[in-house]
Amino acid sequence: MAFRLSCKEASKLISEGMDRRLSLAERITLRLHVGICDACTRFTSQVGFLRRALKTFPGPDDPDRR
Amino acid sequence: MSPESSAPTPLELERHRPYLLRFALLQLRDRTAAEDAVQDALLAAIQGASRFAGQSSVRTWLVGILKHKIIDSIRKTAREQPVERLDGDGAEDLDAFFAGDGHFADAPVEWASPERSLEERRFFEALERCLQALPRNTASAFTMRELMGLETEEICKELGISTSNCWVMLYRARMGLRACLERTWFLSGPAGGR
Repeated sequence: MAFRLSCKEASKLISEGMDRRLSLAERITLRLHVGICDACTRFTSQVGFLRRALKTFPGPDDPDRR
Repeated sequence: MSPESSAPTPLELERHRPYLLRFALLQLRDRTAAEDAVQDALLAAIQGASRFAGQSSVRTWLVGILKHKIIDSIRKTAREQPVERLDGDGAEDLDAFFAGDGHFADAPVEWASPERSLEERRFFEALERCLQALPRNTASAFTMRELMGLETEEICKELGISTSNCWVMLYRARMGLRACLERTWFLSGPAGGR
């Protein structure tokens, strides 16, 4: 893995980090990239939000609509 | 049996059918299969109502039963029509999200108070539409992970694909969903105009 990540590589790692434990090297290179990249910072919080949204699905109760 | 009694009555269970159906439909994308899974879950719940421990809500308990029925349904479908490998192979289609130098073609923008969206029914309708727009197996892997809460290993096994394919499918799903929600909800949807 390259020391410097592109957003393309970083976003893939961010996603995989939600499904498997990243290696130490992966975590370090990812942190270096995300630390200076607004787009990947937003991407990280947005895929985290997707996870919360699916956990909340199907959302607010229409109080027991029959 | 009084409503306070810990074992829910069939009528009480039945009330949750629309909710359960929406859950099953999101995963299975097939109305008949979803209705069957919900029916099986409700029957199992009625038969096992005395086993309801009362520690969670009836709905949470029902969803737990439904998840098993949904997985049964996924297995049955997988036996009858194995997953096409193509859908999970490679990540070439993801190139469209990026410029040649590896930067985002359209960089993610700030979302206005996303947590508030979780209180809006229309947000979840937008989410359903965006999931529908994904390739079938991609959406299925994603909802198995995030809706059903399965581990990647289980998802790969159920879909009969390799672990790395599984990761690519989940990545593709997140990229697609993120972009779709940004476009249809956070930027142009009701979220923007609230």
